[in-house]
Amino acid sequence: MFNKDRWREILEVLTSNVWRTIFTAFGVCWGIFILIVLLAAGKGLENGIKKDFGDIATNTMFMWTRATTRAYEGLPQGRRFEFKISDVQAIRDNVPNLRFISPRNQLGGFGGNNNVVRGIRTGAYNVYGDYPEIINQDPMAVTSGRFLNYNDITEKRKVAIIGLGVKNDLYDKDEDPLGTYIKIQGVNFMVIGTYKKNNSGGGEEGQKEIFVPFTSFSQAFNRGEDVGWMAITANDGSSISVLKDKIVSVMKERHKVHPEDTRAVGYFDLYEQYNRVESLFGALKAVAYIVGIMVLLSGIIGVSNIMLIVVKERTKEIGIRRALGEQPWSIKKQILMESIFLTLISGMVGIIFGSLVIFGINSLLDSVGPVDMFMSPSVSVGVVSGALTILMVSGLLAGFIPAQSAIRVRPIEALRTE
Amino acid sequence: MIEIKDLHKSYKMGSNSLHVLKGINFNIEDGELVAIMGSSGSGKSTLLNILGMLDGADSGEYTLDGVPIKNLSETKAALYRNKFLGFVFQSFNLINYKSALENVALPLYYQKVPRKERQEKAMQYLDKVGLKPWAHHLPSELSGGQKQRVAIARAMAAEPKVLLADEPTGALDSKTSYEVMALIQKINDEGNTILVVTHEEDIAHMCKRIVHLKDGVIVEDKKIEQVRAEQYV
Repeated sequence: MFNKDRWREILEVLTSNVWRTIFTAFGVCWGIFILIVLLAAGKGLENGIKKDFGDIATNTMFMWTRATTRAYEGLPQGRRFEFKISDVQAIRDNVPNLRFISPRNQLGGFGGNNNVVRGIRTGAYNVYGDYPEIINQDPMAVTSGRFLNYNDITEKRKVAIIGLGVKNDLYDKDEDPLGTYIKIQGVNFMVIGTYKKNNSGGGEEGQKEIFVPFTSFSQAFNRGEDVGWMAITANDGSSISVLKDKIVSVMKERHKVHPEDTRAVGYFDLYEQYNRVESLFGALKAVAYIVGIMVLLSGIIGVSNIMLIVVKERTKEIGIRRALGEQPWSIKKQILMESIFLTLISGMVGIIFGSLVIFGINSLLDSVGPVDMFMSPSVSVGVVSGALTILMVSGLLAGFIPAQSAIRVRPIEALRTE
Repeated sequence: MIEIKDLHKSYKMGSNSLHVLKGINFNIEDGELVAIMGSSGSGKSTLLNILGMLDGADSGEYTLDGVPIKNLSETKAALYRNKFLGFVFQSFNLINYKSALENVALPLYYQKVPRKERQEKAMQYLDKVGLKPWAHHLPSELSGGQKQRVAIARAMAAEPKVLLADEPTGALDSKTSYEVMALIQKINDEGNTILVVTHEEDIAHMCKRIVHLKDGVIVEDKKIEQVRAEQYV
C-alpha cells in the first residue's frame, strides 16, 4: 500500500494526461460538492426552524379544561370544570416518568386591558402564577435578582419577576427595579428579579411577562384551588406523546368526565409537533443524500469510464508487465488504487470547495443579520467522514470493472496490440 | 534445461481450427544458443509463446529446468515467468514513460527486491550492455539498437534460466543487428541458455544450433559452426 514505486506510478499515470484527469475528477468533485452543500442547506433550514422552538423543553404537553360534551354519572353535558391543585399530586402518583408538572394560572392575555400599574405608568402584560420549576420548561435568563423559589410558594409572598419588556415600559432607563413595587390588578407585588427570554419565537410578547408565585396568585386573585392549565414535561427517556393518554384519563376520572369525551380535556403536544418537524428534516436530509449521491454516481461512472480507457491504452504495457512476471492481482491493485486515489482526491477537493461555500454563506449571514428560517448551515465531521467513505467505496467500484478487464486480457494478446 | 514432447497447438478461427504446432519434440541443454527458424506461419512464434508461458499448449509435455509446466494459473505463470524466463521482443516493448534504468529494474521489482538493491543491480546490467550513461533516458530518447540492449538488460536482470528472444533484430538495420547479436553471444558465452526466433539466415548462423520449423513440425535440427558477430561490428 505505502509503496513508493506504486505511488510514483499512480501519479505518473494520472499526470500523463492532465486535462483528462482534471475533467474526470471534476465529475466526482461536483457530486460531493452538491452533496455537502445540500446537506448544509438542509441543516441551515433545520437550525432556522428549530430556533423558533427556542429553548422550550420539547418533551412537553400543555393541558387545559373545556366544557364536557357528554353527560356522565348524572352530570350534564356542557358542564365546565377546573383542574384543582390536588390534580398535580394525583398525576404524579399515577403516571411515572414525568419530570415536571407545573400548574399555572394567568391574568391578561392577548389584547387584554391594562392590568399593571406603577406610579403614573401602566401596561397590559401576561401575569402568571407559577411554581419555580417553570423556568426549566420555559427557559429564561434571569438578568438581575432571582427567580421564584419554594419559600415564595409556601409563604405566599407577593413577589414578581418581570421581563425586560415590562422593565422598559414601567421604569426609566437606568432605574433599578429590584425592591420596587408594581400594582397588578390593584395588588402590590415586589419586584425581585428581571429576566430575558432567548426565545425569538415568542418575540416581543415573550419579554412582556410577569411571574409571581402560584400560591400568592391564587390568593390575590381569588382562584382558590383552581388551576388554569398545566405544563407537563416527561423524563428524557420517555415520550410525552405516549404518556399523555394516561394523564388525560387520570384527569377525566377525577373530574367525572365520560371516558370517551375527547373534548373535555384539551391539550397540545409539543413533542408531537416537534417530531413532525424532525421527521420533515429527516426526509429533507434523505433527499439531499439521494440527490448528492446520484450526482456523485455520474462522476463515478466518469471515473470508471476513464479507467477503462486508461486500461485500454495501457493494454500493451500490461502485457509487457505480465510477461516480465507481474502478478495479476498486483495489476488489479494498481488499477484499483489509481481509481480510489483519483476519486478520493477529487472528492476532497469537492469537500473543500463545499466547505468554502458554506463558510462564505455563514459569513454573509453574519454580516447581514439573521434571516427567516435559515441559520448557520453546516455539515458535521460525521457527514464529511461519511462522504469520504462513500468516495472510497465508489472509487473501488469505479475501478473494479476496469481492473477486471485489465487482467482478463491474456498477456500474449496484450503484447500483440500495437 | 527445456524438454518438449509431442507439443500440439491449434487456434480456433471461427468455425475453422488452425493446427499450428503438430507434434514438436526437442530438448535444449544448459548453455545452448538455439535459433528457431521458419517462414511466417510456420509456428515459430507460437512455439516461443508456449515456451514463454504466455500461451498454453493443447497437448504434450513441457518441462523447464525439471519443473513440469502445465495447467498454470495466471498467478503461477507470472511467478514462473519472472523466475525462469527473460523476454526480448522484436518491438522492444519497453515501458515508454519509465527510464532505461526503471525498465531494467522492473522484473526485480516484481521479485520484491528492495529499491536500492534493485537500482544497483539494474545499473550493473545497463553497464554490461554499455548503456550506463543513458540510464536516466526515456526509451523515446534512445535509438533502436539501444532500446534492444535495454530490453536485453531487462531480460537478464532477473537472472533467468532461459532467455527467449522473438525476432530480436527484426526491427534493426544489419549493423545494429550484429551489435545486438554480439551482445547475445556474449551473454551466451557466460553460460546462459538462449533461444532466438528469427527468419534471417545470417542471424541464425550466429547461434550454435538451428531448428527449422515448417508448417508446425521440425524439419531440420542441426548443430552449426557459430559465426561470431563481432567481426561485422
